[in-house]
Amino acid sequence: MNEDAGPIFRQVAAEIENAIVDGSLAEESQAPSSNELAAFHRINPATAAKGLNQLVADGVLTKRRGVGMFVATGAREQLLKRRRGEFADQYVRPLMTEAQKLGISAGELAAMIDDWTNQR
Amino acid sequence: MTAPPTPAVATLRDVTMRFREHTALEGVSTAFEQNTITGLLGRNGAGKTTLMQLLSGHRVPTAGRVEVLGAGPYENDRVLRHICFIKEGQRYPDHFRVRDALAAAAMVFPGWDGDLAADLVADFDLPAKRPVNKLSRGMNSMVGIVMGLASRAPLTLFDEPYLGLDAVARQMFYDRLLADYAEHPRTIVLSTHLIEEIASLLERVLLIDRGRVLLDADAESLRDSAVTVTGPAETVQTFARQHDLLHTETLGGSSRAVVRISGATDRRAAAAQGLAVEPTNLQQLVVAMTLQTPAARGQHHPTGPAELEEVSS
Repeated sequence: MNEDAGPIFRQVAAEIENAIVDGSLAEESQAPSSNELAAFHRINPATAAKGLNQLVADGVLTKRRGVGMFVATGAREQLLKRRRGEFADQYVRPLMTEAQKLGISAGELAAMIDDWTNQR
Repeated sequence: MTAPPTPAVATLRDVTMRFREHTALEGVSTAFEQNTITGLLGRNGAGKTTLMQLLSGHRVPTAGRVEVLGAGPYENDRVLRHICFIKEGQRYPDHFRVRDALAAAAMVFPGWDGDLAADLVADFDLPAKRPVNKLSRGMNSMVGIVMGLASRAPLTLFDEPYLGLDAVARQMFYDRLLADYAEHPRTIVLSTHLIEEIASLLERVLLIDRGRVLLDADAESLRDSAVTVTGPAETVQTFARQHDLLHTETLGGSSRAVVRISGATDRRAAAAQGLAVEPTNLQQLVVAMTLQTPAARGQHHPTGPAELEEVSS
């Protein structure tokens, strides 16, 4: 975890969310425990637990008493929906700010996106 | 979502400690909750060692009250065997070999784990038959670390336990501490100057400066409580005036400031004004807060306290 990137529990939560979004942590499968996360990331177990608890509160993980935490059914769809909602603010805004600074018009930007898509 | 407060293992209530004309701690009140790792931070001579000596019953406060596990620790055997204090540069009886020192510790601490101690001795490659006082400074520190971890004491205090240890050995210490703590949670207080190295291990931070508490908070909220903003000097100054400015630097027309904020709204406000907003890590925050004190501004080298603590320990 990056100690220069704000609260660690949020990074823990974001990393698990990423794994769910990219499919490496499948729905219904067991999430890593707070002790496993603590050892792997070299962080305080309470911090790891806080990250997991946030995901439980968000409905991304469900707690099974005595067993552990599992990825909720529908968690991936829920996360995708939320991230699409945040996309404009997190990615389009900085892109447009920089484009404006450099005098790149919306039309030129659209052409760049087309080029980029065609090259792939 | 907030967890209910856990009972405190140790508390200081309005504690003052004076040595002749020097005041090492003044009006300190704090609590060390059960099963937490607290980083005890502060400059040389801030009072960190004195605070640990009070917690471990090595001293009686001039005023105020120290309680550990519900009672005063001073000359209280019932309490003392549940406290393990690993001092900086610990001395041992002359004839003591490493194994004797560990055997003695095994008799003192009810929760002693001999297997863990043996594991750690092997991991650190410690010569069990060598007299402790003939060890290098780093090896002496390792003996302290083995004792501190294997004691499994409900209140374990490490006072700068890494002196003389290289980066690899320090990493081993942090990893073993974390692994054993995860399996056997207890209350750990760790004083250190290597803030960046241990920041992610901490749940609580207690920052003292010149005998007073500057900061007593949970580490994760602290990471959220301040930001570094960079941008045109005027914009930075305007933003800083509206918040609690901790530290600022200017180069040409642009400035950088460490500012305490109250939440995401403040962060967005800074971004909306065109400032680059970055999180502040614990070390930056601790340095900025310590530099902000009038004492630090007036004079850079604390006099007296460091020396006195040395003499009196």
